[in-house]
Amino acid sequence: MDILKFFTAGSVDDGKSTLIGRMLYDTDSILADQLEALERSNRKNDDGTIDLAILTDGLRAEREQGITIDVAYKYFHTDKRKFIIADTPGHIQYTRNMVTGASNANLAIILIDARNGVVEQTVRHSYLVSLLGIEEVVVCVNKMDMVGYSETVFSAIVEKYKALADKVKLKHVSYIPVSALKGDNVVTPSENMVWYSGTTLLNHLELVDVQQDKTKVNARFPVQWVIRPQTDDLHDYRGYAGRLQTGVVSVGDSIQVLPSGQQSSIVRIEFFGADLQQAIAGQSVVLHLKDDLDISRGDVLVAYENAPIPSKEIEADLCWMDSRALDTSLTYFLQHNSKITRCKINEIMYSVDINTLEKHAADSFKLNDIGRIVLKTADELAADSYDENRSNGAAILIDPRTNITVGALMFRTIL
Amino acid sequence: MSKQLDYLDELEAEAIYILREVAGQFERPALLFSGGKDSITLVHLAEKAFRPGRFPFPLVHIDTGHNFEETISYRDDLIARIGEKLIVGYVQDSIDQGKVVEQKGKNASRNALQTVTLLDTIAKYEFDACIGGARRDEEKARAKERIFSVRDEFGQWDPKRQRPELWDIYNGKIAKGENVRVFPISNWTELDVWNYIKRENIALPSIYFAHERDCITRNGQLMAASPFLNMDEEDIVTKSTVRFRTVGDISCTAAVLSSADNLDAIIEEISSSKISERGARIDDKVSEAAMEDRKKGGYF
Ligand SMILES: Nc1nc2c(ncn2[C@@H]2O[C@H](COP(=O)(O)OP(=O)(O)O)[C@@H](O)[C@H]2O)c(=O)[nH]1
Repeated sequence: MDILKFFTAGSVDDGKSTLIGRMLYDTDSILADQLEALERSNRKNDDGTIDLAILTDGLRAEREQGITIDVAYKYFHTDKRKFIIADTPGHIQYTRNMVTGASNANLAIILIDARNGVVEQTVRHSYLVSLLGIEEVVVCVNKMDMVGYSETVFSAIVEKYKALADKVKLKHVSYIPVSALKGDNVVTPSENMVWYSGTTLLNHLELVDVQQDKTKVNARFPVQWVIRPQTDDLHDYRGYAGRLQTGVVSVGDSIQVLPSGQQSSIVRIEFFGADLQQAIAGQSVVLHLKDDLDISRGDVLVAYENAPIPSKEIEADLCWMDSRALDTSLTYFLQHNSKITRCKINEIMYSVDINTLEKHAADSFKLNDIGRIVLKTADELAADSYDENRSNGAAILIDPRTNITVGALMFRTIL
Repeated sequence: MSKQLDYLDELEAEAIYILREVAGQFERPALLFSGGKDSITLVHLAEKAFRPGRFPFPLVHIDTGHNFEETISYRDDLIARIGEKLIVGYVQDSIDQGKVVEQKGKNASRNALQTVTLLDTIAKYEFDACIGGARRDEEKARAKERIFSVRDEFGQWDPKRQRPELWDIYNGKIAKGENVRVFPISNWTELDVWNYIKRENIALPSIYFAHERDCITRNGQLMAASPFLNMDEEDIVTKSTVRFRTVGDISCTAAVLSSADNLDAIIEEISSSKISERGARIDDKVSEAAMEDRKKGGYF
């Protein structure tokens, strides 16, 4: 059993909350007292059945407005997988929330209202999915009950979407006709759409292969913490604690320490007192090196081959997340793995109209703006491009005046 | 060797990563230890993150004085075994200092009072990060909480001003007076925690397992009869076989009828459970938005 993290994107009222509610409900993931609270609540569907959407929109302010305005995480499991859902709002003013929810997902569900087909928001959501490097996309054409479960309607939308998927360069896309409200093809196969021979949404989520095989990428191990007990019996003990982002490391492997470029090799891989021969991407372990080097938090241990070249200048896509606009004269903090350094945005190459995908010149970014920039850092970063390595190619910008996270960076070219 | 992590390994690795981020990013962190299974799990994860070194933080227990005896003896045994520092903040001290007033009436509990003691303890030791065992599956308001959740000087959580939290990059920068609550097991469900406890063979206080106890029924829930409960002649004490699903102030932690006296039985019971864990906490029942209100006020 492994974990699948996915997020859902759709415009307001496309049925996102209902879809998630339906999935939880039909997999028996809702407990009795939660159901009881639902039944007590006075939001009901027209036919008197409980409104499944309430399961997912949480905070009071949001309940009052009747829309989701943040990222809410939901959990359920079947005997095949544990699922983590990031429920994000779809409206353009919440682009940053969607980027946040998407940053950790391996799969995106894009909802389309069968009555409306591919709309401006669909373009925007698909672009963001591509920007954030999500490999797997499921297009759910929802509210099929309102178009007479028509195959023609579904096929036309699929054709239209395929063109969009090509344009924004999505790799794997699946299409499923559903009715979140009635339950067709969400967890149980639809009897109203016998013309559809594919799997249900849940089935697809259970089986889809999303391990973009992080272990095949070169090893990257940001040092988080140095363990040095300095007790009598562990006098010379010095272990580097961290989580292997990508790749595999084995005892005996040659490594480089970046950004300094020092070389050494791994003599021991330790986990809670036990020795491992090998660690794989995702594992939190303690590494011991052959040589006594000066290594601290912020350094990255990397595989000897294909090591990134440390640089202070990077071309990146930036999503701006703060109501205060980007100030190119200001020095921000940039946080990349366990390293924090000062950073300036030296050049704005262009900003993207995320509804039409057109690029145009810009001299600043406002909340939710996205575009390409060139940044300069005070210290060298040992980064990869986001396409090659989603973990080591991403960073955030922090406003030094407020300490708030104001930007999401996806490195495109290390200059 | 398998090239893919099992879900418990992945959750564990993520929690260890978060604990190490706390160590690396903060000057004076602390681990809030309630004596419940979630904070016990955190201690186990901290051992995995930092051994053979010492924890880079003390354990902090906010003691309401209304304890299950078993949890205090468990706590003291645990501290003796791991050899780490324990700091206790007493709600009784806050009462004696006149900072809070004991609730009156039949449903009086000290649960709401602990917020003040907690904030005072944080201020006294100048903690800049407090690690807690809250999980997003516990409650709707928590489903939106960040893993690094910034609190202002008054301990308040403002859901509208949460920082975006992207990838696994956690922004721990704060101004003086602010602090961060950190939730390493945010992504675990109750069942995940139990499965992990079983896999790792983690010892728990005995009240988690079915046992015979004198109970009364209040507001439709079973409560342990204790001197801390304001009981009157309407309260009829019966002996029942129960266990507790959370461990809090004895006056507001409800028991469930259960014969599950071992981990397998508990996991079986939870897998088919009809009541969520927080359903057994009276203070959440007050209103649907109860938790949200308490969080804004600085509760764990
Ligand atoms: N007929 C029909 N209505 C639906 C379907 N899915 C959602 N709805 C309705 O569409 C409205 C918006 O749904 P909601 O889930 O709140 O949308 P969200 O804004 O995307 O979360 C609600 O009135 C739902 O009952 C569906 O499959 N068929």
